[in-house]
Amino acid sequence: MAGLAPEQIFALIQETFADAVIEQDTANKDPILVVATDRLVEIAQFCRDDGRLEFDLLACVTGVDYPDREGGGEIEVIYCLDSITKRHSLTLKVRLPRDDPRVGTLENIWRTADWHERETFDLVGVIFEGHHNLVRILCAEDWIGHPLRRDYVAPDTYHGLKNVVY
Amino acid sequence: MPITESKIKTEEMLLNMGPQHPSTHGVFRVVIRTDGELVLESQSHVGYLHRCFEKCAEGNSYIQVVPYTDRMDYLCAMNNNWGYSLAVEKLLGVEVPERAEYIRVIVAELNRIASHLLAFGTYGLDIGAITPFLYAFRDRERLLKIFEKICGQRLNYSYIRIGGVTFDVTDEILSDIRAFCDYFEPTIVDEYDNLLSYNGIFISRTANVGVMSAETAISYGVTGPSLRGSGVARDLRKDQPYGIYDRLAFDVPVGSGEMGQLGDCWDRYMVRMREMRECVRIVRQALDGIPGDGPFCDKKTFRAVKPKKGEAYGRVEGARGEVGFFVVSDGTSQPYRCKARGASFHNISVLDELVSRGDCMVADLVAIIGSLDIVLGEVDR
Repeated sequence: MAGLAPEQIFALIQETFADAVIEQDTANKDPILVVATDRLVEIAQFCRDDGRLEFDLLACVTGVDYPDREGGGEIEVIYCLDSITKRHSLTLKVRLPRDDPRVGTLENIWRTADWHERETFDLVGVIFEGHHNLVRILCAEDWIGHPLRRDYVAPDTYHGLKNVVY
Repeated sequence: MPITESKIKTEEMLLNMGPQHPSTHGVFRVVIRTDGELVLESQSHVGYLHRCFEKCAEGNSYIQVVPYTDRMDYLCAMNNNWGYSLAVEKLLGVEVPERAEYIRVIVAELNRIASHLLAFGTYGLDIGAITPFLYAFRDRERLLKIFEKICGQRLNYSYIRIGGVTFDVTDEILSDIRAFCDYFEPTIVDEYDNLLSYNGIFISRTANVGVMSAETAISYGVTGPSLRGSGVARDLRKDQPYGIYDRLAFDVPVGSGEMGQLGDCWDRYMVRMREMRECVRIVRQALDGIPGDGPFCDKKTFRAVKPKKGEAYGRVEGARGEVGFFVVSDGTSQPYRCKARGASFHNISVLDELVSRGDCMVADLVAIIGSLDIVLGEVDR
């Protein structure tokens, strides 16, 4: 039994959060719902708790850097949600200003957001407000910069080790 | 000065385990606060094996990324190749030839068996049983020989690639696989069960240890056999079928608290053992259904991959859970962004929760890590 189609899910969210939905990207392979940054936590909570949606699993959090976009560039954070009981999926997206990328944490909704968000902070440099322990997870704790920013330049040395480029 | 008991004080101790520790299955560090043998609290540290997969992917073409995916979950590389290929194929909108779909299922399921065999063997080692490891490696070796025949590699196959598979399989290989199924299914899994699964010592070390409720597991993003051990029948092959899984008949084993509580280490272990039988069942059906001839790849895709602008999330059921790739294309021949979702990354994140409930001994910690069956290559990527 397959669950709701993306359009039906979008409609349900639109119904409750009409002013928070910025864009419905249904032309994309996986339809994406772009929502207002300051409403994300509310919408995520709704997605998990609403009986028709029941998104119980946060499968993936991705941060993507777009430095060339208007107004100093943007960083997108993409959340792939999944419902084990209902067997449907949803892709949520927020767009953040590149010079100050901040979005509320989802760790109180899905515990797994804790490590996901630490990773996105570590590699892309997104600040998740309200996260209880937003420290680096994959890179060393004294690493400088966020490697997946498009303008990142790898350091020449790290603790006396040379960066050999072939 | 004579030592009297009153002068010896007991106090809590902070203990560092890893990053190089035989029971962590790789480079993984966990700091534990102990009271004697009791673990009060733990804190996991990952990242020691970080090889910048996502950064590397941005500087390579779509096809060149495939070998990087091998090196994440190196015990189940076929499924990683598949997950990535699925995401890119979604972007491209290409159809994979029928024969390739069957080959993919066969190699992916055989790889799952190989991975579960290793999990079974090393879990025995963690608990203190050395013999099962030797048996598991005896049979895993047969599988690796088959893989070597198929693609020349024993671990990092890069065999499933965008648009199909790299080489065709010969009839000789197919009959080798059939022979393996005939050898493996009727006797071997029973042998393992006699050897380890129903061994009294093993049961007392794993039953009622590290009990993980379904809610906890899902909230922490745990997937795969570790989640099914908690009684949740979630399997992407059934729930969101990819490839030709919707044409194949198989069951999804789940834990039932047979030896203790639902979601304990034994349940998680036993799901893997039962899954191996299902894998053989799937392989047999695929062997019966595979078309005799036809292309094994989409020739055009093999030469050049240049998807249109877009974003796609491709995922498969790996040996450890959901293996996902979120690929962003900007219309060039290199991925703009390629995010990997490793199952082990999430499976190990629940460890701190499981051991911090005041009933976990130091030896149980080892049993819990082993039952989650992590591969650090996939945790750190």
